[in-house]
Amino acid sequence: MDDQALSGGFADTPREAALAFRAALTAMARPGRIEAVAGARPPAPLSVAAGTLLLVLADPTTPVHLAGALDRPGLRDWLRFHTGAPLSDRAGAVFAVGRWADLLPLDAYSLGTPDYPDRSATLIVEMDALDATGARLTGPGIETSHGLSLPEIAAFRANRARFPLGLDFFLTAGERLAALPRSTHVEAV
Amino acid sequence: MTEAESRVEAPGADYNFAYLDEQTKRMIRRALLKALAVPGYQVPFASREMPMPYGWGTGGVQVSAAVLVPGDRLKVIDQGADDTTNAVSIRKFFQKTAGIAVTGHTGEATVIQTRHRIPEAPLTEGQILVYQVPIPEPLRFLEPRETETRRMHALEEYGLMHVKLYEDIARHGEIATAYAYPVQIEGRYVMDPSPIPKFDNPKLRMAAIQLFGAGREQRIYALPPYTEVVSLDFEDHPFVPGKAEGACALCGSETSYLDEVIVDDRGGRMFVCSDTDYCAGRRAAGHVGAEGAAAGEGRA
Amino acid sequence: MYVAVKGGERAIDAAHAWLAEERRGDPAIPELAVAQIREQMTLAVNRVMAEGSLYDPDLAALAIKQARGDLIEAIFLIRAYRTTLPRLGASEPVETGGMRCDRRISATFKDVPGGQVLGPTFDYTHRLLDFALAAEGEVPEAATAAPDAAPKPRITGLLDRDGLIETEPASDETPPDLTREPLGFPAGRALRLQALTRSDEGFALGMAYSTQRGYGRNHPFVGELRLGRVGVEVEIPELGFAVEIAEIELTECETVNQFAGSKTEPPQFTRGYGLVFGQSERKAISMALVDRALRWEDLGEDFTGAPAQDAEFVISHGDNIQASGFLEHIKLPHYVDFQSELELVRRIRAEAAASAAEREAAE
Repeated sequence: MDDQALSGGFADTPREAALAFRAALTAMARPGRIEAVAGARPPAPLSVAAGTLLLVLADPTTPVHLAGALDRPGLRDWLRFHTGAPLSDRAGAVFAVGRWADLLPLDAYSLGTPDYPDRSATLIVEMDALDATGARLTGPGIETSHGLSLPEIAAFRANRARFPLGLDFFLTAGERLAALPRSTHVEAV
Repeated sequence: MTEAESRVEAPGADYNFAYLDEQTKRMIRRALLKALAVPGYQVPFASREMPMPYGWGTGGVQVSAAVLVPGDRLKVIDQGADDTTNAVSIRKFFQKTAGIAVTGHTGEATVIQTRHRIPEAPLTEGQILVYQVPIPEPLRFLEPRETETRRMHALEEYGLMHVKLYEDIARHGEIATAYAYPVQIEGRYVMDPSPIPKFDNPKLRMAAIQLFGAGREQRIYALPPYTEVVSLDFEDHPFVPGKAEGACALCGSETSYLDEVIVDDRGGRMFVCSDTDYCAGRRAAGHVGAEGAAAGEGRA
Repeated sequence: MYVAVKGGERAIDAAHAWLAEERRGDPAIPELAVAQIREQMTLAVNRVMAEGSLYDPDLAALAIKQARGDLIEAIFLIRAYRTTLPRLGASEPVETGGMRCDRRISATFKDVPGGQVLGPTFDYTHRLLDFALAAEGEVPEAATAAPDAAPKPRITGLLDRDGLIETEPASDETPPDLTREPLGFPAGRALRLQALTRSDEGFALGMAYSTQRGYGRNHPFVGELRLGRVGVEVEIPELGFAVEIAEIELTECETVNQFAGSKTEPPQFTRGYGLVFGQSERKAISMALVDRALRWEDLGEDFTGAPAQDAEFVISHGDNIQASGFLEHIKLPHYVDFQSELELVRRIRAEAAASAAEREAAE
């Protein structure tokens, strides 16, 4: 394990994690809203936002899937050291993080069960940029409608069609994040 | 609220920020995110044993502890009032363990923990309303078994609830549920809004984030802002939010929810606002009810 | 002019000060030391440890003092403290077969390897108030003997060797922990046993008694009841072996229950199991009876509708901290919900009166 794995965590966990979680909560409650987070300085190429989400949410009880280029020794060590989360394949993951193309296929993740729809995976999608244009979002958390740049439309529509089962998404770019829960209706504009 | 009450106390060095350990907060935070993603669905969580009794707000306290940030201003109400003993006790708990600022003013609060009421003043986008929930399962009084009610939610089998409401109408001429009136969320999950009077049900569609915590029953659920909330009813018996006829004796409000106060042993009674901050605000603005005094005098 | 009641905070502070004074009682009487409670109220201490799920006699004694002897309140203090403790590791399973027994009796055999050891028990005391204790005299020293080193193999093990009792399959699976994971149903036996050992002694006793009276009857014999000390070992990864870090007192009860069997399988006795911190015999026996009643499904028995057979009922209602909290919360203000019902009842009554008047007018 190199030095990089040991650094890049929160300096003051209770307060930094609280602030970052508030941003994540706000994002999940208001799909499409872009929030800023800080705290984690993970090894490249993981973004600050994705790294911060993992520090806030992952622990030894939540297997994490590192997709594509993220599945590399420096990142594995960083994740293990700071969260204790075990690494996992797609099927066993509570959290999965990676670029959209690397995260696919979505069928491979847990969608929850009719009795326990909460037992589904949360995907953290690393994006080049996030902005409030693109797909049109409606549903809980949105007063009228909201725009958000998404990697595609069809997959999110298929995910919504399975409600109350389904995956929930954070989209991350740099220090910014937005969320797209399974309850959101997505349309191309 | 007095000067002393709004003072920020230094966080107790013996406790982690907001009392709970970080691993517990992570577990609650994950449950909160799933609760927001599936509005109205009750997410099981490993509720901890808090230093206050089950049934006294342990669910709400755990949810508040998991969402509070250092800059927050917390308001705690019980029955609409900031100065009821349990509200005072919970507020002190967070002053001591999180060192956050507290307030009695609805408009100034960033997080409001409540038992049995939604404040009269409309909440805004920057706010979070945390409910203390005794029995989160709306079907529990019809079916005591968790294994059965879980299946009923999974299959969207809510006929039993409608039968119960219809039996009320047959017997009493109207639906005989006055508080904890069941609602359906976005056409899917039937949810217990906690024991708020049904007067408050129309406010459940709001700009703020609503989080519900049931500690003893180990459930968390949520309503994102602007979520569609429908109080269950029938075409020929539409939902009617009710309140006491009359006006607040202190501020004269005819639209706020009223508490009844018995003033003598000869049947004398009067009504006052249940939302103490709303009432004080109206009196400060010059509104005076039948028993009220001019602004300033009646406030302790 | 009416002024709403205020001053909740002052009332709370005053109540706490008054409570502290009541706790102390008459200052002319010497104050109880925690060590006195630990040494002389041992069975109360044991109950607080068992239902508080924390083995620490000093803390349990302190909780009893703070709670003015209200054991449920003391258990609550211990539970709330326990939640804040970090988990540093998990012990190896304790080996109760190697227990250094103070007491060990079997109701199924007149004599057994290792012998019957009566030990410190109330069983054969005549329940006559001992006024000599009021005089605060020293008790005469009990007779002593050399430590009994004879091994005391489990009675059920002896039955098992002959195939007379169901075999308990060994498992290395990590048992669930209802204090860390949300409770779900159906609950497996390990989880049920955890819930039972933490459950209220009075509740467990009532449930067990109901099985004896026919509500889920399972004909128990106390195969063995043992009380004594066992070592607690923790595996140290750096060393590669387990070391003993403590010794705790436990009460274990194994019941031998009515046999099951079918045309194809010869009958065998079945088991109920109870294990509790400290000397807590009533609780250990109760736990074994309820455990056995809850096993109806595994053993191919019928569900007769008895409360003690219903795992969801037993587990959901046996915890005295949950139960007393929820029970007592009804003394909190409920003005708002009561008001809403008051309005509803008034309106329905007014409507009924109006329609009665209409009917009268029409006649």
